[in-house]
Amino acid sequence: MDQLLSLLTEDARLTNAELASALSISEDEVAARIADYEARGVIKGYKAIVDWDKTDRDYVNARIEIKVIPKKGMGFEEIASIISRFEEVESVYLMSGTCDIALTVSGKSFKDVAMFVARRLSPLESVQSTSTSFVLRTYKELGVFVALDEEDEREVASL
Amino acid sequence: MMDYNSILSRQVQEIKPSGIRRFFELAAEMEDVISLGVGEPDFKTPWAIRQAGITSLERGRTHYSPNAGFQELKREICRYLERRMDLHYTPEETMVTVGGSEGIDMLIRAIISPGDEVLIPEPCYVSYDPIARLTGAKVVPIRTRFEDDFRLTADALRAAITEKSKLLIFPFPNNPTGGIMEREDLEEIAEVLRDTNIFVLSDEIYAELTYGDKKHVSIASIPGMKERTVVINGFSKTYAMTGWRLGYAVGPQPIIQQMIKIHQFAIMCAPTTSQLAAVEALRSCDDEIEAMRDEYDMRGKYLVGELNRIGLDCFEPQGAFYVFPSIRSTGLSSDEFCERLLREEHVAVIPGSAFGECGEGHVRISYCYSLKHLKIAVGKMEAFLKKLKEEKHEAAES
Repeated sequence: MDQLLSLLTEDARLTNAELASALSISEDEVAARIADYEARGVIKGYKAIVDWDKTDRDYVNARIEIKVIPKKGMGFEEIASIISRFEEVESVYLMSGTCDIALTVSGKSFKDVAMFVARRLSPLESVQSTSTSFVLRTYKELGVFVALDEEDEREVASL
Repeated sequence: MMDYNSILSRQVQEIKPSGIRRFFELAAEMEDVISLGVGEPDFKTPWAIRQAGITSLERGRTHYSPNAGFQELKREICRYLERRMDLHYTPEETMVTVGGSEGIDMLIRAIISPGDEVLIPEPCYVSYDPIARLTGAKVVPIRTRFEDDFRLTADALRAAITEKSKLLIFPFPNNPTGGIMEREDLEEIAEVLRDTNIFVLSDEIYAELTYGDKKHVSIASIPGMKERTVVINGFSKTYAMTGWRLGYAVGPQPIIQQMIKIHQFAIMCAPTTSQLAAVEALRSCDDEIEAMRDEYDMRGKYLVGELNRIGLDCFEPQGAFYVFPSIRSTGLSSDEFCERLLREEHVAVIPGSAFGECGEGHVRISYCYSLKHLKIAVGKMEAFLKKLKEEKHEAAES
């Protein structure tokens, strides 16, 4: 894997100068490569990882597994595309195993999410069944510890 | 009242307490220290190795091992040295020690008599000097210089040799400078040593951590050197196993046998759990070594880039995981610099003077930390340097 991508997935806020140091290339080259990744859609965006429990935002998140009835002219791509368009939906995956599509949905309250499932998701024609599980606590998100603190157990100094 | 001063041995009392004890204590008292001070990996020991340790405990393998270490482990050590270091030893020329540090102690004790001279290139790791002194040796420091990429030169070595020279400590890749010795450098050193009776302690604990295309070359692999060298190595830095306390020494059998004799009386054997875990490390973790090294490499380059940007002159480390920038431009001594940086910005780095007198004017900064951590620390160091500059400016004006 390109080390530039591995650095950016670790910390997207590293400046071009910092990236250039870490990779022993010029800042211009860093800028050009990032621009290229963005243009080709390899890098899709940059977002902050927030522990919402520490803010005043009401936030609940649920994982929903869906079984789909395959229909003529209506493959997984179509249903995934329809589901992806709802603003409440944060991620959508095609799965192996017991369900076909899995998604994560967020809302202000449990009721919000429940209503989304009842009103928007279940009525979709090819959705055979849904199974909703609410997230009670987030320990780790995108490789970052959230509710857990990863402590450095080492001494402050050793020779 | 007991007079403890008359109880304690003269040699022990003459060992200077570490000059940075006070600094360590200060750092330990503060709660929110951002440390760049450690000499150990931040990575956890790879899981396969930990698992092997756990399994050995589950199976009840909780007894002493043979004094020199399990035969199985010694064989794996020899295979590893052959595979990765081009060194050819047999299990009979191998002993397992409690960390690399025990190996250093055992070799020095095995070969030094009072009055012998021990040549120590500085700046270097802190244990050689006091251990040599305990045996009654005279310590002869040899200064390595920034201009020479902190390598030991043949001229400097030649100038330090006397009839009493018995042992050359050879600490490369070097803590704290990040300096290494390449094949040509080693040939020159070997040329100086070949006609002498000087023995070499090659401390290669950072052998797996060299960067760019510069692979570590052991001095023992240079023609004529194997017979006069004991190589010290260990698992701490290579496999992120510092807490397991496990190392090894390889060298001529007559020397290793005597080291084992002392080890047997002093320590009995290295920890069994650690030895059994280490077998797994040597068998299956070459990929983990590479992955950790690549990560250190990136961090090191990042740190050098940033330190140069904020105005500290830096030698780009070629090995180990430390940067050793000059802080002379600030006008502070390395002790003052470190103490003020700690008090004012809560960032801990180690004064270069801890690693020998010639380390003065430098500080050691470890990059055994995530990029994120390094970034925060660099930001604070930048603020500190800016403040120092303003102070200087004001002093000049008034």
